Amino acid sequence: MNIRNVSLILNRELRSYFSSLTVYIVIIMFLLMTGYFFYNLTATFSIVSYQAQSDPMLAKQYQLLNINETVIRPLFGTIGIILLMMTPLLTMRLLAEEKKTGTIELLLTFPINDIDVVLGKYLACLVVVLTMILLTATYPVLLVVLGEPEVVPIWTGYLGLVLLGASAISLGLFTSSLTENQIVSASISFAMLFFFWLISYSAPLVSAGLGRFLSYLSINEHIESMSKGVVDSADIIYYLCFIVLFLFFTLRSLETKRWR
Amino acid sequence: MIEVENLTKDYGEFRAIDNISFTVEKGEILGFLGPNGAGKTTVMRILTCFFPPTRGKAIVAGYNCFEDSLNVRKRIGYLPQRVPLYEDMKVDDYLRFVAAIKGTPAKEVNRKAAKVMDDCGLGDVSGKLISTISGGYRQRVGIAQALVNDPEVLILDEPTVGLDPKQIKEIRNLIKDLAGKHTVILSTHILPEVSILCGRVIIINKGKVVAEDRPENLATDSAKRMLLRINGNAQTIEQELSRVGGIKGAEREPASGDGNVFIVVLEDEKQGRQSIQAMIERNRFELVEMRLLEVSLEDIFIKLVTKEEA
Repeated sequence: MNIRNVSLILNRELRSYFSSLTVYIVIIMFLLMTGYFFYNLTATFSIVSYQAQSDPMLAKQYQLLNINETVIRPLFGTIGIILLMMTPLLTMRLLAEEKKTGTIELLLTFPINDIDVVLGKYLACLVVVLTMILLTATYPVLLVVLGEPEVVPIWTGYLGLVLLGASAISLGLFTSSLTENQIVSASISFAMLFFFWLISYSAPLVSAGLGRFLSYLSINEHIESMSKGVVDSADIIYYLCFIVLFLFFTLRSLETKRWR
Repeated sequence: MIEVENLTKDYGEFRAIDNISFTVEKGEILGFLGPNGAGKTTVMRILTCFFPPTRGKAIVAGYNCFEDSLNVRKRIGYLPQRVPLYEDMKVDDYLRFVAAIKGTPAKEVNRKAAKVMDDCGLGDVSGKLISTISGGYRQRVGIAQALVNDPEVLILDEPTVGLDPKQIKEIRNLIKDLAGKHTVILSTHILPEVSILCGRVIIINKGKVVAEDRPENLATDSAKRMLLRINGNAQTIEQELSRVGGIKGAEREPASGDGNVFIVVLEDEKQGRQSIQAMIERNRFELVEMRLLEVSLEDIFIKLVTKEEA
């Protein structure tokens, strides 16, 4: 690995991202969707809070009428899912486009290691996703200004989102290495990410041990506890393994390209 | 500078190149000639370390393409066939990027990019997006990126394909200027190109080397042909020609303008010429034109390739 080469690829890739319309559209869609859910959650919260003042039964029903439980936690869950839906649109071009246009032939005959290419592209997409996540910070900032939420779950929730996004990019980069068709890459990414999201749904149907294992495999389960303010090393390890595994697959996929 | 030994490459069942060996000396321009699908690009992709051969070995600038690929890649410049460039970059940005990624020290990147733009005549388009420049300029950007690290070996895959005649001439001049300083391998299916540019030519067909020589030597083995334009009764001329000594045969060619055109294949140049002259005088035909046809590489190529197939 060579830091200079990684940063050269990263730079080129970022410039390419921001010179195309796709990134802006993805970011705008992402903010529209997350903003809509944020509005819904806070509006519901304020209406219920208002009614609960005069209706003790309702207050009881919403035992946990606190802003962390009713707004922030579901908000992180929703942002996470929207993030999973958007990242394939960002990762699909990373390698597929180079293959389609043939630029990969020059890229892979430049005197740089494959890992520099993979990391440079990975980090460029990570920068875009971090930008997207950072832009959602307006929501919790509003909550802190207008209400009194606990702040720690917000920080840990963001840690979770970043790890989730980083994992989705790793998987997306891998699917982009499999094909020269961006749509195919995005489709495989969607399918795999949704598989990793929904795999925990079958947990209740199987034995307890297997069920726990399936829940552990699920990519969304792990931000659940983080948005409650709990950082478990098992969750962090899950995401790190996920990222490293798919980066490794990407690297192998590039190598086998050379062999064919 | 380049040594290739028993190179074989299979794509699944299909054998793209079969046991190819050749060497290229420093400063030489080697032409790689063959029809489409002959395996030219495959050889080049192995030499540029894009993929390894199935069997055999390739050594470029003293390093093995497979075992020491990074060292080879530092010393080559490569222009792939379709000239794949990053369309969303500006010409100068792109060349700076390539210079940097080929290991040029940071403070020299600007200077090297500027020099290569100057050498390839890219001054006019330096600030333009690659997607907006013409085919000729694209090709030059492709050559510029291959040259930017001053490589010992240049590998150009069909460098003049898809250009107009003026652009072709310019690119050829550019390549000619590179001889001596760089070792160049270029592939082409355009025959005159190799006689103009290359000191030596390797002809490949269906993955095998069918001939290897200097372009002018290849030409000398072939039978000489002569074009005759004679005024007179076509049938009589044809009959008379068939009786003339020193020639192997004559064929009438459809032609417009004055006289009938015949292409004569000479067996013995001098004797043939004299006896044709005598025949014309004897019959009082009017000679309009008589000239020796230059043997084109086309003829050689067709001869070699058909011989191979027979």
